[in-house]
Amino acid sequence: MYGKGILKGLGVTLKRFTDTYLEDISWWLRGKKRYYTEEGVAHRSSKNTRGIFTVQYPEEQLIQPEEFRYVPFLVYEEGADGKKEPRCTSCGICAKVCPPQCIWIVRTNNPQTGKPVPEPAEFYIDMDICMNCGFCAEYCPFDAIKMDHDFDIASYGRNVYNLEKLLKPASYYAEIRPLNYNREEEARKAKEAAKAAKADAAAPAAS
Amino acid sequence: MATALQTQTVDLVARFPEKVTADSRAGYSGFIVNKENLVEVATALRDEFGYDLLSNVTGVDYIAENKMEVVYHAFRTTGGPGLVFKVQVERVDPIELPSMVGIWAGAEYQEREIWDLYGIKFTDHPDLRRILLWEGFEGFPLRKDYKEGFFEEEAKPFKSRWPDGKHVFAEMKNPFRDNLKFPENFDPESYQPEDEKDLYASLERVSKPLTEGEMKTDHIVVNMGPHHPSTHGVLRVAVTLNGETITGLKPVMGYLHRNHDKIGERNTFLQIIPYTDRLDYFNSMANNFGYVTTVEKLMKIPVAERAEYIRVIMAEMSRIQNHLIFVGMLINDLGSMYTPSLYAFEERELILDIFEAVSGARMMCNYFRFGGVVRDVPEDAMQKIKDLVHDRLPAKIDEMERFLNQNEVLVARLTGVKVLNAEDAIRYSVTGPVLRAAGVPYDIRRADPYSVYDRFDFDVAVRYHGDMMDNYLIRFDEMRQSLRILEQALKQIPEGPINSQKPQYQVRVPAGEAYGRVESPKGELGFYVVSNGKPNPYRYHVRAPSFVNLTALETICSGSKIADFVAQLAMLDIVMGEVDR
Amino acid sequence: MEENKYEGLNLPNYNIPEDIQNVVSITTIDRLYNWGRRWSVWPLMFGLACCAIEMIAAQTARYDMARFGMEVMRPTPRQADMMLVSGTVTKKMLPSIIRLYNQMPEPKYVVAMGACASSGGPFKEGYNVVAGIDKFLPVDVYIPGCPPTPQALIAGMIKLQEKIDKQSIKKVRWYEKGKVDSNYVPMPILGPDLIDVRRNTEIKQAAAAKEGA
Repeated sequence: MYGKGILKGLGVTLKRFTDTYLEDISWWLRGKKRYYTEEGVAHRSSKNTRGIFTVQYPEEQLIQPEEFRYVPFLVYEEGADGKKEPRCTSCGICAKVCPPQCIWIVRTNNPQTGKPVPEPAEFYIDMDICMNCGFCAEYCPFDAIKMDHDFDIASYGRNVYNLEKLLKPASYYAEIRPLNYNREEEARKAKEAAKAAKADAAAPAAS
Repeated sequence: MATALQTQTVDLVARFPEKVTADSRAGYSGFIVNKENLVEVATALRDEFGYDLLSNVTGVDYIAENKMEVVYHAFRTTGGPGLVFKVQVERVDPIELPSMVGIWAGAEYQEREIWDLYGIKFTDHPDLRRILLWEGFEGFPLRKDYKEGFFEEEAKPFKSRWPDGKHVFAEMKNPFRDNLKFPENFDPESYQPEDEKDLYASLERVSKPLTEGEMKTDHIVVNMGPHHPSTHGVLRVAVTLNGETITGLKPVMGYLHRNHDKIGERNTFLQIIPYTDRLDYFNSMANNFGYVTTVEKLMKIPVAERAEYIRVIMAEMSRIQNHLIFVGMLINDLGSMYTPSLYAFEERELILDIFEAVSGARMMCNYFRFGGVVRDVPEDAMQKIKDLVHDRLPAKIDEMERFLNQNEVLVARLTGVKVLNAEDAIRYSVTGPVLRAAGVPYDIRRADPYSVYDRFDFDVAVRYHGDMMDNYLIRFDEMRQSLRILEQALKQIPEGPINSQKPQYQVRVPAGEAYGRVESPKGELGFYVVSNGKPNPYRYHVRAPSFVNLTALETICSGSKIADFVAQLAMLDIVMGEVDR
Repeated sequence: MEENKYEGLNLPNYNIPEDIQNVVSITTIDRLYNWGRRWSVWPLMFGLACCAIEMIAAQTARYDMARFGMEVMRPTPRQADMMLVSGTVTKKMLPSIIRLYNQMPEPKYVVAMGACASSGGPFKEGYNVVAGIDKFLPVDVYIPGCPPTPQALIAGMIKLQEKIDKQSIKKVRWYEKGKVDSNYVPMPILGPDLIDVRRNTEIKQAAAAKEGA
């Protein structure tokens, strides 16, 4: 019969249309909220999603996976008196590995000796050149530069971030990437313990 | 199974003594052909030795030796490894070489690209114009002595970034305060821009003259694009029309020419990986795969077993996603706006969610590294892959088929409208689904297996009519085969490390050349990399399937109706990021 | 109190008696005008590169820009309000973009989506790449990211809506007398390199001063 194929196709669209309401009803019967809840969003991103697929940003947001990367930021530790202590030692690996070369670092020099101090004096990232590749975070040996989850950074002007704008606390990092943070902390502790053990072993021999 | 023809080695030196020498440079392979005998040798290669597919043609500027080299990679559509031959010329303008278009028509655009970027003239080329840049552009940018407006240093990393990296906009360092470069004493006011008479002259040449007895009508020249909703990006096509019939056609490209090759030669080997993401921006995983395979060939390092499987899984997911979009966009172009493409994008979003969980980004994954991948697939992402592959995607592909494939309007629109026959497809070096829909079972995953593809049981999808319907249906076949591969890969994937190398940002690549290729969803994606032992490649060239496939567009469309042109272009499944690079 | 219900249109801090709150709304012309415009920004259907794919994704079911009145992609510039520069602007493409922009009627907005449109991005150093569309067109919102995810794009669109909210009918350029074509951008010429005709004298001087190269 001519037109059967079209009818079949229309059947598919009709099913997709009714699925939305069937799903609504089934959530309602189970006494759960389908919209504006994390559970609802998770379900809409799962293999069982049917019917309406929209995640209504900004009222609800997609669940970001831990590895999600947007733009880089610098991690600082909160010092005793609220001082920001950047983890960065201005070793320059991120600036070297950056494919579009959008990282600028000025190393701090000790004014007396002229020798470099492991701390950046100035740090710039041109966010309008950055290609979000994540190399800087991947190859940083000090876990000092990480990729952010925050994507709501549109502005009315060019975006060249300086040190002040780049710095975010370690607690923020732990919040957005808990697994990575814990793994790195453990590695750091293990390293320190190994160092201490080595020092202990070396101490009696020296004395 | 490797047939006798596949494994037969070709000794060109014995066949053409004194005309051909073996390339004996360290790390290089293949033959160097004398310039005078190039056509003779190439004809023999095609006719005697069966190398019917000229896949890649590119130039290299050996400025220290004062030589220009053109490299040809030829393959057999029956499978097996390829043959590389080169021709060298003195680096003194005018540099001239015989054209290969008479032997392999697929060389046409690639030779135009070499003329455009290297300034090598191909003497009997039918239509030698600039292809990516415009007529009147000053200089040949891929020559090693060309410096662009924002040129800073020969190789990255730039010294101005660290340790005394005060932020400066690149504009401030250029005398013109922008990314510009003008000849000395240039006067913009008296400058007369070159018009496009060359383009229209060559369009005139290919346009069919009036045959006798035909009604005398005006031929109209129509320009579609670069801003046109159905040219899949910024492609421009100049067409001559006789009524509604296309009598001549010339694509004009370069509107997205982002200088991948030039930037790539400045980048370190590692830094190129994220740039490859932006070639075919639908399939960053496939692009990563191609590039990384090539450099691994050059470095001669093994790939971690688990990583091989992860790579295959990602590449096949990417293929499914690409073909879904193809279906959606094709039907969009045919006039059924939105609904099918919305359905296609829904599944694509679910696949991109996996890419995001695995690599961190939806589109620009930057996931592969030399020797493996960046990180292991997280457990929840692995579960999601299994869910999709086992439960959702097969059902959804079936649904898509139910939704569209018997639709009478679609069937009437697609059946019998020609795309390419096998002979033309091979002649024009067309690869990928378009070649297979014409009846040539040529799939690099089978013909010249890379990675672990030889361990999977799958069929090379092939259809025989070469019309639009076959081109459309073969995408469904390929999605099904990809699902088959995915199922096996998910079953076989071993535990273990995900990289055979230590993570390092400066890799050592021995001197030499390598051509690596993978079957990307669009066709043969090749990378030609020349290293001279330095941290950055000496030459980095992308053999983009979309670009080469476009060579056949003229043949596909001439004689068709203008209304079909949009669909025929959609069949080639081009992506401008890859066409223009 | 249903304070939020009419927010955006109602004049804030104006006391409407509670019993007529659902019937009466007091607002200024500016607010009404901007409210109408902010929910009907029609983008030009115009994709350049990778970002265009994310722009398409933002139009599809999952992100659904129709919720912002931005789903009406107009292929012709005559009917478009906003140019979403989604991708790398190359020198070869630039004249076409300028022509499209000049054909758009006021009020018109330009959004630079992604790194390339904002400043040239990762391809900035390339010989055929324009270092940011803001060299030629007045950009209203810059959205960093390479490419910005659809959600980031929507966040940028909300920024644009906020910008529209702040405009006043008395001050906008398209109602000023004698300034109808205030935003006309002269067409650049493709010569030995891209010639910005507004800067002819500057280019001439620099080319004369340049030594050797």
